[in-house]
Amino acid sequence: MQTAVIVFPASNCDRDAAVALKKVTGRDPLLIWHRDTSIPGDVRFVVIPGGFSYGDYLRSGAIAARSPIIRDLVARAGTGLPVAGFCNGFQILTETGLLPGALLRNRGLKFVCRAQTLAVTNIESRYTSAYAGMDHVTFPVAHHDGNYFADDGTLNRLEQEGRVLFRYVGNPNGSARDIAGICNGAGNVFGMMPHPERAVDPLHGGTDGLGLFTSIVESL
Amino acid sequence: MKAVIHVGLKPGVLDPQGRAIARSLNNLGFDEVTGAKQGRVIELDLKETRAALAESRVREMCEQLLANTVIESYRIRIEA
Repeated sequence: MQTAVIVFPASNCDRDAAVALKKVTGRDPLLIWHRDTSIPGDVRFVVIPGGFSYGDYLRSGAIAARSPIIRDLVARAGTGLPVAGFCNGFQILTETGLLPGALLRNRGLKFVCRAQTLAVTNIESRYTSAYAGMDHVTFPVAHHDGNYFADDGTLNRLEQEGRVLFRYVGNPNGSARDIAGICNGAGNVFGMMPHPERAVDPLHGGTDGLGLFTSIVESL
Repeated sequence: MKAVIHVGLKPGVLDPQGRAIARSLNNLGFDEVTGAKQGRVIELDLKETRAALAESRVREMCEQLLANTVIESYRIRIEA
């Protein structure tokens, strides 16, 4: 199965994402440069990787979200292509409007880098089905702007529609209602600040992240 | 002409940097400070010479890129 990772200047988890995708698909993903203008038609799943695209200038993810590739990404996501963003990738997805809300500076003002316990709050989604029977997972977090914000109406809707897929256990950044990961209404676009792609090998300290990739790939 | 754009967090959006600034000023003895907000100023040089047109274009720029209107509001000042 063909998958892809979008690469921006100063992405730094693009290779981690590529390794994770290869582990579950058996095939090297395409690395698509942000100045390209289209995602090949046979790509079935796209990852927006973590990093510090454009040095976090203006706002984290703001400049990347206006890159040439994004127009096609938004169009394809609108027709159902699964797209997942981790860390900076989540920030980029909120900046494109594919996911609601925004990521503010961490409440404690410090960069947070640690193993983070998450509660899996919905196992019915395309990104979490493999976690059936697992209440909690541990993924690394490493971010400065991970404080999820949305107005109360949006937060209520996310909760009512089962679109909060992960919550922090011990909130590291001040995120509203402990929200760690959300999906869009159609369930094909997902974003989270933690890094499942950095938890796919025993040498990473754990393999809890694999389930996220196997869930979405098996849904295709 | 020039456009000066002030972008700041909307009321009700937690501003931890502003809070830290206010607390630090209090620590220095400036007890009259009861709150602070940190924003950002962007100055643009424009080749447009008509102020009204310049302002409507800059407004578009704010909506499309310069501000994230989910969390931020902006003010535009056009200077000759």
